This record gives sequence, C-alpha cells and structure tokens, in this order.
Amino acid sequence: MSRMYIETPSRAQTVVEGLYRDVERRIAASPPGLCPVDMALSFLRLCHAQTCGKCSPCRIGLGQLTRLVESVLDGEATLDTIDLIEKTARVIADSADCAIGAEAAEMVLRGVQGFREDYVEHVVNNRCISGLTQPVPCVSLCPANVDIPGYIALIHEKRYADAVRLIRKDNPFPSTCAFVCEHPCEARCRRSMVDAPVNICGLKRYAVEQAGEVPAPVCAPATGKRVGIVGGGPGGLSAAYFLALMGHEVVVYDCLEKLGGMLRYGIPDYRLPQKRLDADIDCILSTGIEVHTGVRIGEDISFEQLEDQFDAIYISIGAQNDKKIGIPGEESTGVLSAVELLRAVGSGHAPDFTGKKVVVIGGGNVSMDATRTARRLGAASVTCMYRRRVEDMTALAEEIEEAAAEGCEIMPLQAPVAIEANEQGQVCAIVTRPQQIGAVGKDGRPRPINAGGEDLHTPCDIVIVAIGQGIDSKTFEEAGIPTVRGAISALPDSFVQEKSKVFAGGDAVTGPATVIRAVAAGKVAAANIDAFLGFHHEISADVVVPPARLSSTPACGRVQPGCRPAAERVCDFELASLSMTENEAMQESSRCLRCDHFGYGNFKGGRQDRW
Amino acid sequence: MVNLTINGEKICVPEGTTIKEAAEQAGIRIPTLCYFKDLNDIGACRVCCVEVEGERRMVTACNNPVREGMVVWTNSPRARETRRVNVELILSQHDCHCATCVRSQNCKLQEIANDLGIFVNPYEEDLPRGIHAQWTTTFPLYRDAKKCIKCMRCVQVCDKIQSLNIWELTGSGGRATIDVSYNRRIKDADCSLCGQCITHCPVGALRERDDVQRALDALADPDTITVVQIAPGVRTSWGEPLGLIPEMATVERLAAVLRRMGFDYVFDTTFSADLTIMEESAEFLERLKSGALQHNPMFTSCCPGWVRFLRSQYPDMTALLSSAKSPQQMFGAVTKTWFAKKIGVDPKKICCISVMPCLAKKAECDLPTMQNEQYGRDVDLALTTREVSRMIRADNVNLANIPEEPCDSPLGEGSGAGVIFGITGGVMEAALRTAYFSVTGTNPPLDAFIDVRGDKGWREADFDIAGKLIHVAVVSGLGNTRKLIEAVREGRVHYDFVEVMACPGGCTGGGGQPIQDGQELVYQRGKVLYELDERANLRFSHENQAVQTLYKEYLGRPLSELSETLLHTEHGAWPMPGHPHQRKE
Repeated sequence: MSRMYIETPSRAQTVVEGLYRDVERRIAASPPGLCPVDMALSFLRLCHAQTCGKCSPCRIGLGQLTRLVESVLDGEATLDTIDLIEKTARVIADSADCAIGAEAAEMVLRGVQGFREDYVEHVVNNRCISGLTQPVPCVSLCPANVDIPGYIALIHEKRYADAVRLIRKDNPFPSTCAFVCEHPCEARCRRSMVDAPVNICGLKRYAVEQAGEVPAPVCAPATGKRVGIVGGGPGGLSAAYFLALMGHEVVVYDCLEKLGGMLRYGIPDYRLPQKRLDADIDCILSTGIEVHTGVRIGEDISFEQLEDQFDAIYISIGAQNDKKIGIPGEESTGVLSAVELLRAVGSGHAPDFTGKKVVVIGGGNVSMDATRTARRLGAASVTCMYRRRVEDMTALAEEIEEAAAEGCEIMPLQAPVAIEANEQGQVCAIVTRPQQIGAVGKDGRPRPINAGGEDLHTPCDIVIVAIGQGIDSKTFEEAGIPTVRGAISALPDSFVQEKSKVFAGGDAVTGPATVIRAVAAGKVAAANIDAFLGFHHEISADVVVPPARLSSTPACGRVQPGCRPAAERVCDFELASLSMTENEAMQESSRCLRCDHFGYGNFKGGRQDRW
Repeated sequence: MVNLTINGEKICVPEGTTIKEAAEQAGIRIPTLCYFKDLNDIGACRVCCVEVEGERRMVTACNNPVREGMVVWTNSPRARETRRVNVELILSQHDCHCATCVRSQNCKLQEIANDLGIFVNPYEEDLPRGIHAQWTTTFPLYRDAKKCIKCMRCVQVCDKIQSLNIWELTGSGGRATIDVSYNRRIKDADCSLCGQCITHCPVGALRERDDVQRALDALADPDTITVVQIAPGVRTSWGEPLGLIPEMATVERLAAVLRRMGFDYVFDTTFSADLTIMEESAEFLERLKSGALQHNPMFTSCCPGWVRFLRSQYPDMTALLSSAKSPQQMFGAVTKTWFAKKIGVDPKKICCISVMPCLAKKAECDLPTMQNEQYGRDVDLALTTREVSRMIRADNVNLANIPEEPCDSPLGEGSGAGVIFGITGGVMEAALRTAYFSVTGTNPPLDAFIDVRGDKGWREADFDIAGKLIHVAVVSGLGNTRKLIEAVREGRVHYDFVEVMACPGGCTGGGGQPIQDGQELVYQRGKVLYELDERANLRFSHENQAVQTLYKEYLGRPLSELSETLLHTEHGAWPMPGHPHQRKE
C-alpha cells in the first residue's frame, strides 16, 4: 500500500460531470409557465440527492419534505400539510449542518411563501393555477413577441424578404435589432437542452443583410383619426408605424434634428451603422407619417396644443438625461456625460481625443459604448472604472471583451471619490477608492464597500460619466401628466389614467431599458390607441411559414461570428462585428427546434399570425 | 474565562468550553443523540441546536465553543421547534416498535421523544425495505437498519479507537446509511467483534446475536447438564441493568441467581484464568529461555477480539501469540474432560455455557479449533453480560431476597490474579506474579508489578526477575495496538511480553457489557476487580488449589502433552477474513 495516489476522475465521474452541465443548460432552458410546486419538488429531489447523509434535517428532512410536497401534487394533502411543509422547511433551513440542506430547504421555504396560492390550489382544487400559456420560449420571451421560429424557417429557405416582412409584423426595426438587440429570445431557447441556444440575433442580421429593400405593407383605409407621437425613438416610431398601417393619421415630434432617438444619438456607428437605422426609419415613414424634428414640446409647441390637435397622443420621450455623479470636481472642463459624448458623435460633431488620457466611469452598455468610442476618437489611453467586479457589470460580456481587445483597460472595484483639475479648471486626474465586493443586497447583487486600501490617483484629461440616464419629463408634469421620480406614470396597457386620450410607454415610463422593450411598448400602445379610437384593426404579415423539417440536426455548436481585427476596427467607426456566411446561416437556422410545431406549440398558443 | 448567558442565567466558564458543557455547568441539560464525549462531536442529529442571539441560524451546542458575551437560549420557541421537528424527523426513519427492542428503557431516542411528548409523528414512517433491511442472522454482531439513526458513533469508535474501519456511511442522499465498508458483508469483513460499536450505539440498531433461547433450551432439557462459567469482568457490571448497587451485584449473588434459574453447576472463569497463567507463564519462560523473544515478543492470547485483529491485520505475526487458549476455552476443555470424568457423565451431555463481557467470545467458542471428536465443543454457548441480565429479568428473580452463595467446586475457585484478568494489565500482572515464582521459587511482593496498571492505552514496564530484565508492554484498544505493532515491526520498540486487550481498558469495558449511554465505565468497573484482588485470600494463580489438583490428577504439569492438547491451540488454523487492502496485493 502506498501512502498516496494521484486522483484521476473515474469514468462515472466524468460522465456525471457532463450530466451536471446538461442539467445546468436544461434549467436555463426551462420553459416559462411550469407548475411552480412541481418544479419545487423536482429541485428538492435534486437537492436531496446531493445530501451527504450526515445530518438528520438534510438526510431525513428533505425526504419528508419531498413526500409532503408530493402529497400536495397528488391531491392527498390538506391545508395543514402546507403549514407542515413550511415548518419543516423552516427547521431544516435553520438547523441543517451545511448549505446543502439549509439552502435546499430555503428554496422550498421561499416557494411555499412566494407561491402559496399554487399550493392551496393544488390542495383545494387538485390542480395547478399556472398553465403552459407560452409554449414557444423565444416568442414568449421576446417583448414584442416576434415570430422567431417563423423567420428562422424562412431564412433556412433563403426567403429573406419574407423573413423581414414576418419580423415587421411585430417589430418595424428588424435591421436595428439585428445589430443591437439584447436578444432575450435566446435566454430559454429549447436548443439549450441539446447544446446551446440558436444564434437568433445573428440570423436576423443575415436576413436583413440579404433581403435588400423590403417595402412596407399597404395601409388600411384612412380612419380620419389623428394621433400625435412625442418622441421619435424606437418606441414612438413603432407606435407610429403600426398606427399608420391601421389607417390613422400620424404625426411624430422629436426635439433633435433627426429621428431615431437613442438608436442614433446613443449607439455608436460601429455597433449600429446609421444607414441600417435609416433603412428601418425610411420604411416606417413610407407608410405616410408626418414628421416634425427639432421641435421641443413646451417650448416650440405646448402640450395643450397637441391635445387640441389630436384624437390620441403617445408620449415616448425616452430617458435622455444624463445623471450626475455628485463628486468634487465634476464641473471641471473635460468632464462630460456618456449621453453628451455619444450624442455629439451621433450628430457628426465628434470631439478629438487624440493623445488624451480618458477615464470612463460606469459598468453598463453605455459605458462600454463611451469607452470604445473614446478609443476610436484617438485617445492615448482609455480606462473604464467600475465600483463592482467585472462579472457584476451590466454590460454584455461580449461588449466588455471587445473593449478589452481594443486596448481599453477595464478597472473594476474602483469608486470615484473626486476629480482633480489644474489651475485652468481642466481635468488632470481622478481619485478613486478601492472597493471590495460585499454582501448581497435586496436586488440580489453583491454590493461594493470600501476595501480599506489607499485611494488611487489616476492622471487623465477626460472623464466620461456613464452611470445611467434620467427622464426629462418636466414639461409633461406641468401639463398634468402624473410622474413618479421623473418617470411618467402609465398603466401596462399604456393608458395614462388621469389624462384622457394620452398614452405613454418605453424608457420614459420604465426607465432606461432596451430597444426591443421600446418597440414592444409602441406595439402595445398602437393596439390600445386603435381600440380607444373605436377600431379593431389587425396587423398581419402575408407570409406563409414553411413546414417544420422532420428531424432536427444532432448536437452541433452555435455559430458565433467574430469581429474585425481589433487593431483595424479601433481606427474607424465602421461595423465592428462580422456577419454570418451563407454556410453558417444555413447551419445555424437548421438548429432551430421549431417549437411552434413540435411540443405544445402546435396545440395551443403557438403561432399568432395577427394581432 | 468566558462570560455568557444561557436562558437568562449568567455563567462563567473556561475558554474552549462547548455550549453544551457550559449549559451543563449551569444545570441546563441540552439533549443530544449523536454526541459522545471525545469521540463524536460531528453535529449530525441536530437535536442539540440552540438559539444564539445574533446568529442567523441555529447553532449546535455539542461542537461550538462559547464566546464572550454570548446569549444562548435552549428553550426559545425556535429552539423548541427545531428540537422537536428534528426528533420527529429522526423518529420517522426509526422503527419505533419499542416493546420489542433490546434497548427499550435504555434508549436515548426513546427518552428524548418521550420527554418532548411526541405521541403522534406528523411525518410518515420511512423505513429501509427489502435488501436494505437485511442482515445475517448467524454473525455474533447484529445490525437492524430500521433502527439506525445514523449518529455515526459506530463509525467513529471503529475508525478512531479501534482502527478497523468496519463501518462507513454508504450511499448518499436520502438513502445514505451505515453499512459495512468496502461493500463487504459483515461475515467477510475483518471485524474483530470487539462490540464497541454496540456499546456506543444510542439506540437498538446494534446488538449481539441473542443466544438466550439456546441457553433456555439447554436448561429445559432434562438430559443436559448445564455448566455455567462467569467471567471476571461480569462481576463488575451484571447488576447495572437490574438496578442493583455494585455492593449487591457480587459474583456470589450471581452464582446464587444462576443456580436458582436452573443451572446445574455454576463456576468461575477465574479458575481457568489461573490455569491460563500456569500455561502462559510457563510458555513465556520457555520462549524466553530459548531466545525466541530476542526479536519479537510473546503476545497474550486470552482476548479473542485481539486474536481476530492480529489474524486479519498482521497474519504473519500469528506465531507470536501464546498458544494458550483463552480462559473461556480452557474452562470448557477442562469441564468436558476432567470435570466430566469427576462427576461421571458423558461430556457430550454437558452444555457448557459462559457468561462473558464480550462479543468475540461468541465467535471464539464456534471455532473449529475449539472442539474435538472426543467431547464436542469446549464451550457450547457464550452469553454476554447483557443477555444474562435479560434472562434474570425475564425470570423476575427477586434479587433482594437471594443470599450470596459461593460458586461450585472445583472449577469455582479462583485467585485474585485470575480476577484482574478483566482489566487492562491484569493478565500481565498475574502472569508476572507466577513467572516470578517459577523462576525464583518465592512469591514476589504483592505490589511488585503494579506498574503495568493504569489508564494509558499503551504502557511499558521493565522488571528484574532473578537478575533478568524483562521488558513488557500492555496495550488496550485496537488503535493503540496497531501503533504498538507497527513500532514492533519497525524495530522502534522491543518487548519480551505484551498483553493485548481489544477493548479500550479491557474486559470491564467489553462489547458485551451493559450499556450506560454516553459513559465510559471501564476503569470504574476495573477498580472493583483490583479491590477483589486485594481482598482475596489467594493472590497467585499458582496457589489455586483446584488448579494444582487438576495438574496433579489429570494434566501433569503445564505444557505437558495433555495440556498442549486440551489447553493450547493453533491460532492460525481457522479462516479469518483479511484486511481489504491485503487481499488486493
């Protein structure tokens, strides 16, 4: 007997490790709308299998909890059983010897408290409250409910124009979204159960690039109703597009020179080329929308005048204001907000950062846009400073990676304390305080706290603040539109309760969000304004979706095109990321599992060919 | 010193004191199931959970030290709920048929459940079924999976104290349970049968194979002559389960009780302990003289748990054992020959039953080497102290009215040297007393060899016997034994004579002894034996007249041919499962 041996994983261990990864992906791809009690039971069983068996609350208690929850699902429980489940879970969470038992019971406890009505429904009526009402994961997770399996099938048939038409049924910004959508549709893609989610966004980009110009559908006969839209960003223009198709007369007001809002003035060209945005806007405007740019409500025209002129008004002013950081020296020359910088670049008045040392503050997508833009403006160095860790940044991981590849430094765990200026009032340095990541807060994210180290003094010429945006709603507030901390108060159906015929949506209501959320808000507003005006127009696409292929491709990697070389792309504002090739698009589109056809999708709630 | 508050009471305890110990000092009992002092503080049962102000979760009192300013509640609503639910959970996986349980009224779980007033368990019974509930019925060690509460004490005592690792936690998840390690069956394992797992079990999951009915059957058969021997260690403890104070629970009273229960002859294993000394000391002197002890010692062989251990762990050292049988077996051999002849009966009609503080004795008397064609088995049946106490309870013997009576003659006579066989060092001391006499012709002073006494697991002493320096060692507990043997094998130590007892402290703490949960009573009981030795008229094995008569009338002398045949054995002549790693090699 030797004293020690080198550990090598057994075959069983290796296989189990693989299965763990499968389960991880499977949970990530969990379809929406499952019975929470059943899921709680399944998690519990998994947790119980992880038990080492040493302490009794975990070894026995989780088993007894399983039986109790099972009795609820089997219709053999009473309301007292729910109390017993809660008590048992409480004691296990309180007294199991380690996290295996304690956290398992904590999950049950959260469930029995968080969806107790589901437990009660099972006990009292022997059934589940929830049902599979959203059977196609991508469609149900797309805020605008775009028919994703439909257009992927069309792409696979190389019917790109039809794909664009089908997208436009729910989203008049197919080109824009092809480049900048955060693709929530991919989050629960059922393909994850096999290998990885379908690259939906990439396929959409391939479709719009191949489709060429696709004309908008013909508008419905004129209704004689007039709708005024305040704000020409993605939300306002989406509402405008659908309302125009419905036959209403639409007038869009925007305070800036050109339409597009944040798409034009907030997203740099290397991510979204302006001509792509223009293509979408041109198509939208081709439906006969009247546009007034450079018009500010409350200055150039009063809100009351709008109320007089229109049968309905949609407020979609977005969140355009920059937030102040509130540290000494912020007023120095050379300190600017990301909104200011990106707006200047978007309107063709880019500053010259040649030779400048630039510091960007913030960890969101906007801060990445500012960071990478500063790099392209010739900065000698760009450092992005953030209070938390890199993994806590809200920016997309690929944005961070690409920024780093472009030579920008990401410096996490630094909280700005002061900005130093020279005698001329020009920024010369930023002082930051090292942070350590701390306890998880109520929002579920770990909070940064002072690490106790010495302040960091970083010489710089430019400081760009990218710590979020506010809503400039003062004019509307004065006109009697209710607001809460600057955000316009509107209901989920976009009605502004206190103000007849006024609707609102998008970032102005929710705070800064994504393009596709703004589009979805515009879609909801259009439907409800149409109904408010006394109509029930339906929007559809005259496109027949190809039938599903009988068998899907076996496990296959996800196509993920890369970027142009970093050294090359930092020199210009041309598109940084690459498109799929046809081969790639064909392979990727073949990976779609067609949940509109297979599974629950062809039974109920699958394809919605009109709304 | 650390100041803290428990249930509102301010107390001050030394640093490092656990919450449980601190509470005890304040007179507050915190119930536990799995905890066993110095052996098991793994916080498995969670019954000792208390509420500590400022802590997010409940805290186990058994394995967490007190902190300055700590505020502890053992009776807060949360503490009460936690304790109760955890006991209810444990009960849901425990076969609660207490009426038919060997540990009824001596069961920690029963006691706690009753204290908590758990009369209805909200949790459904969930007991092992099918193959999970099965166990061999023939092995002397019996396990009932349905009663196991997974406190892990058996694992701990076997690993930490006995170093045999017979038990392990097998499986994971809800099916995690205790089973024999390396996926073996107990019959195929290198279990020494020390029985320490049984005496450390808080419930009735582990017990000896119950042989009481076989004893009753022998008593019921009019053609069978029942001869019972009482081991030294038994006289220290048999009264414990019967509620007798030690002063009442003498071997003389036990003899009287057994007689009234129908045993035809009641004898004392002390007799054959003296006989063992005669043989073993003679053998020792012979080996010493022959130079056989120059490199390796002679090991005692009276503890069958130790013999099993050596056979399974160090089979190459078997020859170092004294060839002498254990006192139990010598007793049987003499009973079935000399005594049978003396009373003029066919030895096959004698049922020789022993009362032992030991589990391994059950296996020892079954060995093929412990029987012959002439008279059958040396010993037909070995009962533990616990089994005999149960038999007495079953017969409702009114112990208070029974006077003390001497054991029968001639095998009832024993010396003080024979009595101390039941405690670690006793065999060595007895052997040295007689060896001294054999060499010098005079008895040594009575305190000549008390250096071998003590509660250290491994003790050494050197004695000068007629100018010859003898190195001896005494070891008890198999973990200590392993250390000693490794030292011998590596040449780090050299001894002439080594006494080994498998159970820590010797037979008074044997695996067949009454169980007082949470207490190690071995040395307390051992004191009784030293007192008996001190009070005995006879202090030397070689002065035992019955033994002398036996040699005169029958055996001749120690190590005579007949002695060799009847009283010695070949320890390597029966199969013993080896250590699992040895088999692989």
